[in-house]
Amino acid sequence: MAQYKLVRCTINGKEVEQMVDVRASLTDMLRNDYRMTSVKKGCEVGECGACNVLIDGECFNSCIYLAVWADGKHIRTLEGLMGENGELSDIQQAFIDETAVQCGFCTPGVIMSAVEILESGRDYTDDELRKLLSGHLCRCTGYENILKAVRKTLDKRLGKI
Amino acid sequence: MVVGKSIPRLDAFDKVTGRTKYTDDLCDKSAYVAKILHSTIAHGKVKSIDISKAQEIDGVVKIVTCFDVPKNYFPTAGHPWSTDESHQDVADRLLLTDTVRFYGDDIAAVVAQNEVVASKALSAMKVEYEEYPFVLDAIEAMSDTAPLIHENFKNNILGHSRQSVGNFEEAIKEEGLIKFDNWYDTPTVQHCHIENHICYASEENGRITVVTSTQIPHIVRRVVGQALGIDWGKIRVVKPYIGGGFGNKQDVLYEPLCAYLSTVVGGRLVKLDSSREETFVTQRVRHAIKSHIITYARKDGTFVARKLEMFSNQGAYASHGHSIAAKGMGCFRQLYPCPNVEAECYTVFTNRPVAGAMRGYGIPQAMFAVESQIDDIAKGLGMTPLEIRQKNLMPVGYKDDFSKNVNYFDSFNQCIEKGKAYIEYDKKLDEYKNQSGNIRRGVGMAVFWYNTAVWPISLESSSSRMVLNQDGSIQLQLGETEIGQGADTAFAQMAADAVGLSVDKVNVISCQDTDVTPFGTGAYASRQTYVGGLTIKQTGELLKGRILSYAQKLSEIDAEKLDIVDNNIIKKDDNTVVMSVAQLALTALYSLTDSEHITAESTYQIKSNAYSFGCCFAEVEVDIRACKVKLLDIINVHDCGKLINPALAEAQVHGGMSMGIGYALSEQEIFDEKTGKTLNNNLLDYKLSTFMDHPHLEAQFVENAEPTSAFGTKALGEPPACPVAPAIRNAVLHATGVAINRVPLTPHVLFEEFTNSGLI
Amino acid sequence: MYDIKALYEAESVEDAIKLRLEHPDAQILAGGSDVLVQIREGKRAGKELISIYMLDELRGVSLDSDGAIRIGSLTSFSHITKNEIIKKYINVLGEAVDMVGSPQIRNIGTIGGNTCNGVTSADSASTLYAFDALIELTGSNKKRVIPIPDFYIWAGKVDIKPDEIQTAIIIPKEKYEGYHGHYIKYAMRNALDITTTGCSVNVKLSEDKKTFIDVRIAYGVAGPVPMRAKTAENFIKGKEVSEEVALQFSKEVLDDIKPRDSWRASKALRQHIACELAYRALKEAVKLSGGEM
Repeated sequence: MAQYKLVRCTINGKEVEQMVDVRASLTDMLRNDYRMTSVKKGCEVGECGACNVLIDGECFNSCIYLAVWADGKHIRTLEGLMGENGELSDIQQAFIDETAVQCGFCTPGVIMSAVEILESGRDYTDDELRKLLSGHLCRCTGYENILKAVRKTLDKRLGKI
Repeated sequence: MVVGKSIPRLDAFDKVTGRTKYTDDLCDKSAYVAKILHSTIAHGKVKSIDISKAQEIDGVVKIVTCFDVPKNYFPTAGHPWSTDESHQDVADRLLLTDTVRFYGDDIAAVVAQNEVVASKALSAMKVEYEEYPFVLDAIEAMSDTAPLIHENFKNNILGHSRQSVGNFEEAIKEEGLIKFDNWYDTPTVQHCHIENHICYASEENGRITVVTSTQIPHIVRRVVGQALGIDWGKIRVVKPYIGGGFGNKQDVLYEPLCAYLSTVVGGRLVKLDSSREETFVTQRVRHAIKSHIITYARKDGTFVARKLEMFSNQGAYASHGHSIAAKGMGCFRQLYPCPNVEAECYTVFTNRPVAGAMRGYGIPQAMFAVESQIDDIAKGLGMTPLEIRQKNLMPVGYKDDFSKNVNYFDSFNQCIEKGKAYIEYDKKLDEYKNQSGNIRRGVGMAVFWYNTAVWPISLESSSSRMVLNQDGSIQLQLGETEIGQGADTAFAQMAADAVGLSVDKVNVISCQDTDVTPFGTGAYASRQTYVGGLTIKQTGELLKGRILSYAQKLSEIDAEKLDIVDNNIIKKDDNTVVMSVAQLALTALYSLTDSEHITAESTYQIKSNAYSFGCCFAEVEVDIRACKVKLLDIINVHDCGKLINPALAEAQVHGGMSMGIGYALSEQEIFDEKTGKTLNNNLLDYKLSTFMDHPHLEAQFVENAEPTSAFGTKALGEPPACPVAPAIRNAVLHATGVAINRVPLTPHVLFEEFTNSGLI
Repeated sequence: MYDIKALYEAESVEDAIKLRLEHPDAQILAGGSDVLVQIREGKRAGKELISIYMLDELRGVSLDSDGAIRIGSLTSFSHITKNEIIKKYINVLGEAVDMVGSPQIRNIGTIGGNTCNGVTSADSASTLYAFDALIELTGSNKKRVIPIPDFYIWAGKVDIKPDEIQTAIIIPKEKYEGYHGHYIKYAMRNALDITTTGCSVNVKLSEDKKTFIDVRIAYGVAGPVPMRAKTAENFIKGKEVSEEVALQFSKEVLDDIKPRDSWRASKALRQHIACELAYRALKEAVKLSGGEM
């Protein structure tokens, strides 16, 4: 018989609870139980970054994170970034403005890594940004415009432009 | 006019909010899960499969083996079908096969309640094989002693073609010629779209619906019909947004099997989600091609006679087959026209994963060989790489007899000028001349040639439909597909200009549904903006004509004297607004006396093709003892005609350059010589470039309007991947003096080459 | 979904030990970045798991009263890199684990999991070898503290008794005080990669910075488990700080290392790179120590 456990956590600020199959990954839980379809499956072994979410402020590949570990945690996905009135966050707008989106499959994960970077309140060199974003594979963009979008948003937040 | 403007992608908002639905996001969670049992030998016969243990597992719904499936052989290539039997793609696939032709071939499938049960069932199946010898190398596979992989193909040769100009044997008798005789080798690489292939199928009202991550929905419908032996109209294929394709999804992959599995469980919903590991092995890869080039040149750099032999590794099944090598061979004769040329190419079956279409379709391989040898010749003759090219490159006015393509402009020199200036080529060519330390720098370049679309080899037609809505906006539908490249946005821009609307009045129906979408063969051959532009222009004019005819009824002004500009119907002579398109549309649909659903639909039959040109310049730093190449700077310059959306065009180039960088430096599938197994079929061991492996990617353009094109545009999707590897290879040659004739330039290769040349 | 037979979640170290005794076939799960991947591959599918991931008591870095640095086994790589004690005393370890996989992997991956895996390519292991680190294992009745080379038995096999879990990694004060170290990860790309060959060197120079008082050099992927290159170490002790000595030192490592041919890299390439890394890491460590070559 399948083994279940009650998992209580917040997802994008909302308190939720659900009986979860202990075999489920956090990707499974977010996609199947909460319909957070921004959490993508690209490799399911923590190599591509498509399933990246923030857990208590840090980035994790949710495919190799057991759903039961989410108990008591604060989880954020791309769905949580838009404001109440439908306004985009600065980083989302930057991805549009800098043509950083193509097929869009890596986009949710990369934006969540960008959120962690931006919320650190620190400045970084381009090389540091590349390292901080290096957990994401993208085949469409050559990473060029993604880097531009993150750079510009960071500079704006730090009042540099 | 909105063509030529960098408007944001139509789908960008949904993609940055996570709203865009891909195949898996649309599949109901009640779906059964299907998984495939893959062979663990490279060549042989399945004697038996014991499924008794697997069947006992709770949650297993159905197991189908190679002995159960219908024997309808089908082709998989995403080519337009040919009604001429002799030109049809080779039909050599079955849904599941008892003849194993590569390590990983599909021999059985399980349908289960969930993925864990399905995986357990696969491990519980016992297969008995009769093993045959196998062959992995294309040239070895052609020998008389090599194992035969397909009965009807002697010496495993799937295709062989030749081209001959002048008289090679006579020409080489000229005194004083210098001979360059080299082999060049390219690896098996994979597309690595981040969304793996996935599809799901179910039956409704006696018809099968397949929702799939594909570039070619209408072709998928045909092949599912062929594979299942049912009428093509009984099949509906739906293509939602997809997470990249790059040619892998220009093949019919597991849609036929998924559809079949649904039929064996009473038409219930069945999902077949490929893993990343499967994607590398059981889908498509780029053909590994060995090229042998002999060039006889005069001391002044004039090419007198050239010979090419290409050996293209097809892997186990025909897929796109010989088309790739043939396209590669085509560029040899045309890029550097020479009075005496002999070229031949072979496409050869081997027991490796199946090669198919991949961004560039034979040209990245050909460019690596051709452009590497050009630098080797330059070095041998003491000329600069640019001098030798400028002496021999395709001249302005060149016309190819077969494709009728014409080189209308001085694109090569214009592109080269921009590339040179950006990278400071002349200065660095000199500066890096005499280096002796461990760290050495170099600059290199390469040009490329690319045909837009496939005429006259294959059918080129494209259809579109436009429907006028009550508010004066239109729906636009095409069979050509959005696969991440931005096609929908370019289509909207062209449609807006064709009809006279602002772009926000064009609603592109992104999803193709073969029940409702006009016929079109899909995303391949860098054709969509070119062919789509032609049909959009034609349908746009038709729609405009119908709107203006209706306007004539309302305004009593002759339609000939009217036009549509900025969403308004205006009088051509004084530009005064007669009425808005919105007013007309509302009247047309709700008039009590003369209501009309205004719509237009047309097919454009394209009987032209266009050359797309460009170049790449790269600067590298080689750490000799560390056996590493660091790419310092790189630029691609393209003449793809007029840009429809410059920002999207630039982004396309970045992606192609990135793929080219991986091809040059790190990507390669590795096969076990003892078993034929792919050893590195995951994203850790297959070295796709990461954020940290690239410098800034510079993309620039030369915009010569293509005369055969509706909006002056031509191929850009694939070209960026074509010149990068030879440019980087030539930069390493410049830095170190070592001519390396294979890619990728991994530490393994550099260690051997630098050791052999005495650098370490 | 993973093919897991049963999952037991430990609530304390004692609880984890109890669970181990109750479920002797169960696999311990720390961050899971290796174990879960292996389950998916089928290698460890269908097994029972004891998750210790939620044991916050095993997280963090502290200084013991004797000056030893104590790293809780579940401390993630990223927390090691950011830790002030690590930065101050053994920055090289923070740098080494900052080269593991990717930022996400460094957030989930733990130093305990990295060492308990027993793999030679672990980016933390060569630096821990170079510092003569000690491994603390907590069992039902007692704690054991053993030198790291004793912990590694063979590829994939480490010395953990059926009632034990690894609770900390300890670097004694005398092993780091006065030493400066540098780690080089040699891999096929700059991120998301496993190490082809890794080399960690730390040095202690004389006061005038002219003589090598002590040098320790350790490798990953130079044999089935991480290893020290003692011949090279013995060669260099007491020698003057010079280019020639560094070059000779880098060649001496060949007497110690035993790389093998695999599809990931040939033995010859690994040997060549091992020498090159020895030279480069030593040079950098000398620089960090204030010396010149």
